[in-house]
Amino acid sequence: MSLLDITDLTVGFDTEDGHVHAVKEVSLSLEEGEILALCGESGCGKTVTAMSVPRLLPPRTTRLTGSIRLDGRELTTLPEPQMRQVRGKEVSVVFQEPMTSLNPSFTVGFQIAEVLRRHENLSRGTARRRAVELLELVGIPAPAQRIKEYPHQLSGGMRQRVMIAIAVACSPRVLIADEPTTALDVTIQAGVLDVFRDLRDRLGTAIILITHDLGVVADIADRAVIMYAGRAAEQAPVEELFARPLHPYTLGLMKALPAAAVGGPGGRRRLAEIPGMVPSPLADPAECAFHARCPSGQDDCLAARPSLVRHGPAHLAACFHPARSGEQP
Amino acid sequence: MNEPVLRIDSLVKHYGQVRAVDGLSLTIGQGEVLGLVGESGSGKSTVGKCVLRLTEPTSGTITLGGRDVTHLSRRAMRPLRRDVHMVFQDPYSSLNPRFSIEQIVSEPLLRHKVMRRREAGERVAAMLEKVGLRTEMMSRLPHELSGGQRQRVGLARALVLEPKLVVADEPVSALDVSVQASVLNLITDLQRDMGFSCLFITHDLSVVEFLADQIAVMYLGKIVETGPTAELFTGPRHPYTQALLSAAPVPDPARARERRRIVLSGDVPSPLDPPAGCRFHTRCPLAFDACRTVDPALTDPRDGDHPAACHLVTPERRPDAAVPGRTLEY
Repeated sequence: MSLLDITDLTVGFDTEDGHVHAVKEVSLSLEEGEILALCGESGCGKTVTAMSVPRLLPPRTTRLTGSIRLDGRELTTLPEPQMRQVRGKEVSVVFQEPMTSLNPSFTVGFQIAEVLRRHENLSRGTARRRAVELLELVGIPAPAQRIKEYPHQLSGGMRQRVMIAIAVACSPRVLIADEPTTALDVTIQAGVLDVFRDLRDRLGTAIILITHDLGVVADIADRAVIMYAGRAAEQAPVEELFARPLHPYTLGLMKALPAAAVGGPGGRRRLAEIPGMVPSPLADPAECAFHARCPSGQDDCLAARPSLVRHGPAHLAACFHPARSGEQP
Repeated sequence: MNEPVLRIDSLVKHYGQVRAVDGLSLTIGQGEVLGLVGESGSGKSTVGKCVLRLTEPTSGTITLGGRDVTHLSRRAMRPLRRDVHMVFQDPYSSLNPRFSIEQIVSEPLLRHKVMRRREAGERVAAMLEKVGLRTEMMSRLPHELSGGQRQRVGLARALVLEPKLVVADEPVSALDVSVQASVLNLITDLQRDMGFSCLFITHDLSVVEFLADQIAVMYLGKIVETGPTAELFTGPRHPYTQALLSAAPVPDPARARERRRIVLSGDVPSPLDPPAGCRFHTRCPLAFDACRTVDPALTDPRDGDHPAACHLVTPERRPDAAVPGRTLEY
């Protein structure tokens, strides 16, 4: 049993235009102290998959089936009062935009202490001392002064560190980080990624990192799930994924990066394009969702939908015609 | 030598107390792509706006094709706008939602009285084809298009008058990787075919490495280093450029984990009150006394075309004896 087990997760939303199939039959597991990247382009379902764990999806319009077990405990059917104990304490979230996720009218010290007082019943003074320690943990200089400041007094990188401090205040088992460095400059991004690595090393926190950036995945993740049109297309340890991508979509993404086209022999090359567009999430035909854009697509891709098949010890891909190993990105 | 398409001399733009651009000079030759790189607040977008006179420079001069346009009136500027166009970052807010694609792309033609409305259709169709859009798209409205298609419309609008200079401000930053690749290829192809010069403003180093002939790196309103792309990427001279290159995400786990990252301490100082001396000294791992008082000028130690604004590149200022082991390699 893993720390977190997601089995056959299917999530849809009822909208004016019809039923949106956001996530389809996704199964994945997360081990203690592991950094797992959920990776893919806009609309692939990476955020919806992750936010299903703390149940942060709109309850009235969300249709969710499947199972999510944290330490063996089923979260999808947990009554809301118990779920509230899980949220923020066992599973916590760092959002993309640190300015809008912090309350502008409270000091950052108050906002960190709030979590501790609510979940751990700490006194005001103890909570404040702990808040200072947490700010120190996430690498904020002069934390004793900083806790008295308001979010607008901090830079973007500092705010994101405060968000992380709030998220890890109760030593959660699972930390979900949704594009945590996308809004930050590169020189700041490197420091924030170091904070995540450090938390995992020191506290053993398991992290689900939602990102569209393969550079971030390569830098920090242990394992990655590449998602396409609501399904997992490929899943592998990071070194393996980058060395031997099997799904044509994964390969396409890697070749499309500008970094892949420079520095090679013969000077500047063209970027590899993935033609066409992502299929509409309103339909869910029984065929490979990628076949229309796929360079190795054949007739059988239209006849049935490929399921995730094991190609190596921990390497799974959902493709009838995977890239031969050795085909370099 | 040919007259450069764009020459900026000692450009200064202050918004009230904010010193967004503070003494910047650059030139773009014919058919050349200059990548202007910087992080948020470095002033890179302000430079683009000044070139198009979308905002009034505080001082300095901007010369387009040999003509000083810094103080031209709006009326006098108008005919020159034929030759300079802009592509914006956000393909959602930069197209009028009530205009059809045909109206959007034909507007520059009509505005500059190049042709009448009924003649414009053919030209618009040809332009759309060049940017990879089918002519059926002409009657569509922007909301019916994907982000990548919209950005193609933005390109078509900017290029329909065959301008001499295109200012592109983060044109692919809002796009997904796979869409970004096709738009970058398109910009490369169009630039080669049509031969326009381009000021390409971005925060993304890998994009300019792919696309630009020349790079200029900005920090707090000034250029800290500039040079030919390959040279700047293989031998960055300014500590900020070095840090920027070392921090950029690399899509290769082995390289990403083994490389030595230069982690900069602290945050970018406020442009309200930039540091004295070298503006980078508050975060520079190599800063010494002179950096805190004397602002280094852009200098190439080998008198080439790859200058950096750092005391460490000018031999007479190098404090090698004072700080052993703290020298830059180049």
